[in-house]
Amino acid sequence: MGAYFKETNHMKNLLLGTALGLPLALTFTSVAMAEVGVSPTVWGVRTDKLEYRMGDEENSFAWGFAAWTGNDELRLVWKSEGAKIEGGDFEEMDNQIRLQKPITDFFDGFVGVAASTPDGAPERYHGAFGVTGLAPQWFEVEAALYVSEYPYIGAEVEYEALLTNRLTLTPSFEVTLPLADDPEREIAAGGGSFELGLRLSYDLIGRNVSPYFGVNYERAFGGTADILRDHGHEVDELTGVVGINFMF
Amino acid sequence: MKHTNFLRPLAVVLGLALGLPAYAGTYDITVDKVRIDTGTFKKNGIGYNGSQTPTILHFEEGEDVVIRVKNNLRESTSIHWHGLILPFQQDGVPGISFNGIKPGETFTYRFPIEQAGTYWFHSHSGFQEPDGAYGAIVISPKGGEAVPTDRDYVVQLTDKHPHSGSRIFRNLKASADYYNRAQRTAQDLIEDAGAEGLKAALQDRKMWGAMRMMPTDIEDVQGFTPLINGASTQQNWTGIFKPGEKVRLRLINSSATTYFDVRVPGLKMTVVQADGNDVKPVTVDELRIAVAETYDVIVQPREAKAYSIIGESAGRTAMVRGTLAPTAGMVGPYYKMRPQPLLTMADMGGMMSGMDHSGMDMSGFDMSGMDHSGHDMSGFDMSGMDHSGMDMGGMDMSAGMPVVPSEGAPGAAFYAPGSGLIPTAANGGKFLGYEDLTARKPLYRDRPATREIEIRLTGNMERYIWSIDGVKYEDADPIRLKYGERVRFKFVNETMMAHPMHLHGMWTIIDTGKGAYDPVKHTVSVAPGTTLYTETEVDAPGQWAFHCHLSYHAGGGMFRKVIVEGGPS
Repeated sequence: MGAYFKETNHMKNLLLGTALGLPLALTFTSVAMAEVGVSPTVWGVRTDKLEYRMGDEENSFAWGFAAWTGNDELRLVWKSEGAKIEGGDFEEMDNQIRLQKPITDFFDGFVGVAASTPDGAPERYHGAFGVTGLAPQWFEVEAALYVSEYPYIGAEVEYEALLTNRLTLTPSFEVTLPLADDPEREIAAGGGSFELGLRLSYDLIGRNVSPYFGVNYERAFGGTADILRDHGHEVDELTGVVGINFMF
Repeated sequence: MKHTNFLRPLAVVLGLALGLPAYAGTYDITVDKVRIDTGTFKKNGIGYNGSQTPTILHFEEGEDVVIRVKNNLRESTSIHWHGLILPFQQDGVPGISFNGIKPGETFTYRFPIEQAGTYWFHSHSGFQEPDGAYGAIVISPKGGEAVPTDRDYVVQLTDKHPHSGSRIFRNLKASADYYNRAQRTAQDLIEDAGAEGLKAALQDRKMWGAMRMMPTDIEDVQGFTPLINGASTQQNWTGIFKPGEKVRLRLINSSATTYFDVRVPGLKMTVVQADGNDVKPVTVDELRIAVAETYDVIVQPREAKAYSIIGESAGRTAMVRGTLAPTAGMVGPYYKMRPQPLLTMADMGGMMSGMDHSGMDMSGFDMSGMDHSGHDMSGFDMSGMDHSGMDMGGMDMSAGMPVVPSEGAPGAAFYAPGSGLIPTAANGGKFLGYEDLTARKPLYRDRPATREIEIRLTGNMERYIWSIDGVKYEDADPIRLKYGERVRFKFVNETMMAHPMHLHGMWTIIDTGKGAYDPVKHTVSVAPGTTLYTETEVDAPGQWAFHCHLSYHAGGGMFRKVIVEGGPS
C-alpha cells in the first residue's frame, strides 16, 4: 500500500505543480510595451531556500521560492515550500497560489489557496488570508490566517543584514500556530512550532546566484510536541545547511 | 545617412553660390540591432545606422528636413526629436503623435528647422533608448554661432548597462534596491560609530529605517559603463585640438537614469548654451548635466598635452574619461572618483510634507547627531564654498521641512537647504547652477502667467512606482492647455529623487528671477524636497508628451499627455 500511496502522491504533486505553474508560465510572456508610460506586466522568481540540510539522523533537500507576475496594482504569486528526505519521502510540500494587492505604502494584502501535500500524511487545503510587506527598520514580515477544518496562523520575519554590499547575513523566523487538532498530522490545537534560520550568503553573479551556508532549527511546542514524543519522534531538529539562492 | 552627410556641405555651398532658397535636406536613418562593446562587456542593443557610435544629424536653421527612418527591428520603434519645435505629428511619440514605426517600415518625418543649437533624438518606444537608440542633433544658426570656435565636438554621454532596459525595469519592480550596490553596511556602521559615536550612528540608522528609505538611494541603476560618443574610458573618445584653439563641446546627457558631473581638469568651461538656447557666457569649473539636458561649453586648451573630459555620475558609482589632445592616440589622465554622497533629511523634506507621518518615529532624532553622518565632506575641498546655504539650523524639524530652494550658496539654489546632493567642484571652484543661466536674448516677451498648474512629483520608492499627483499615466486625464496662454508650472518634488521633467513641443522657462532673461530649456531637473517654477508660452497646438526623462520613471507612469486646445487664428 505504501508504494502505491507514494506513487499516487507523486503524481498528485506533479499534477498540482503543473496546475499551479501553468497559468503563471502562460502569463510570463515578454514585456511587450506598445506605449511608453504604460506600466507593463512584469514577473520574477526568487528562492529564499534551496538547500541541503545535514541533520543528526537524516539529511534532506529543502526549498522555498516565490514566482510572481503582475503589475503595480495586482500580483499573482505562486509560493512553494518543501523538504524531501534524502532517499525518502517529501516530508513537507506546501504550495500556495495567491492574489496580492497593495494595501499601504509598504504592505500587500493577499488571498489565495494553499495546498499541503506531503507524503505519508493526509492532504490539507486552506484558504489563505494575510498581509506581507516591509516593516520599519527593514524587517520583511508576513502573517496569514489559513482557513479550513484545520485552521492555523502562520507568520514569518526575515532581516537581511548587509555585512558588505555582497555578503548578507539573514536571520529568519517562521512560526505556525494550529487552531484545531489534526491528529492524523500529529498536530494539536495551540501546539505551535517554529523554524529559526541563520544564513550567510554571497552574491556571486549579480543578484541572480547567491550561494550560502547556515543553520536551521525547528521545534514543536505544547500538544503537538506531546504527540511527537508519544510517537517516539524528536520535537526539535538542528541542521546545518548549504545552498544556493536564485533570483530571476 | 552617410552619403547625404558627405554631399550635404557641397550642396549647401552650391546652393549658396547659386542663390537657391532654403536647403531642403533628406536624411536616412536605419534603426538596427547592433552588438554593443564597451570594452568591459558586450551585449545586444539598438543602434542608429548600424553603429553604437551615436549618429549626429547636422541641420541648418531654416532648413526643411525630410528624415526617412527605416525600422530594421522586430518590434515597433519611433524617433522623438528632443527639444525641436515642430508640428506635433512629427514629434515621434507613439500613442500621442503617431502610431509608431512598424517592423520593416520606413517612416518619413518632415518638418522645418526653426531653431539652432544642440539637441538630440531618441526612440520613444519601450526601453529602446536605454538599449542604445539615441543620437545627436547639431543645428547651425543662420547668422553663425554667437561665440565662434575653432573646433566643435558633440560629447554625448550615456549609462550603458549590461542588462536590457526592460530587464532593468523588471528587476527594479521586483526589488527597488536591486542595483544599489552602495548601500550602507555593517562596516559603514562601525566606521560611523568610530567617527561620531555609536549612539549617533545607530540613531541615524534608526531614523532611515523608520522611513524605510536609504540615504544611498541616489541612482536607481548602478553597474553601468558610462560612454562618451559610444566609447568607454578604455575606448577613449578623443577630440583633436591645436594649442590655443577654442573648442566647443556640445554636452548631451542621453542616459537612462544617470546625472553626470562634467569637468575638464585644468581648464575653465565657458557655458554658452543650455538645451539649445544661447545663454550669457558663464565660466565654471564643473557642471551637473541632468538626464536629457544639453550644455554647450567652450574650453581653450593652451598646452600641447592631453586633457581629460571627466563625466562622474552624481551618485559617484561610475565615471568616464574622454580625451582632448593635440594628436590622436594620446590619453588624458584618469582621476579617482570622489566619495559617494548621502542623501540627508533635507532631501526627504518633500516626502514628509506629502506623506503620512504615522510610520515615522522622530522621537529619537537629534539634529546634532546628524551633522556629518548624512554628508561626508571628507573628500571635498570646501575652501571655495560658501557654507551659508548649508546651514543646518534652517532645518527645524518641529516646523516641518523647508521645501523652497535655499539662497546664497553657489550652485545650491535649486537644491533643498542641507541637501546631500548639492554638488561641489572637484577643484573647489565654481559649480554651475540654474541660477547662473541667463538667456542671451529673450525668446519671448515677459508677461505674467495666465494661470498656475501644480505638478506634484510623486512615487513609492519601495514599490518603484512613479506618478504625477499620485496618479500614473495610464489612469490619468490629459493636462489641457489653451493656445496663447502662458502657464506657470509649480513643480513640487515629493520624492527623494531628482526628476528631469521634459515637456515636448514647447519651451520651459525656468523661473530664476530674471524675467525675460530667465533661461529657456526643454528639460528641467527638480531636486528632491524642492519646489521649482517654470513658465511655458503655449504656442504649439496639438497633443504632446510631458514626463520625467528617467527612462524607468517615465516607463512606470511619471508621464502625462498634454493637449493644447485651439490654435493660431
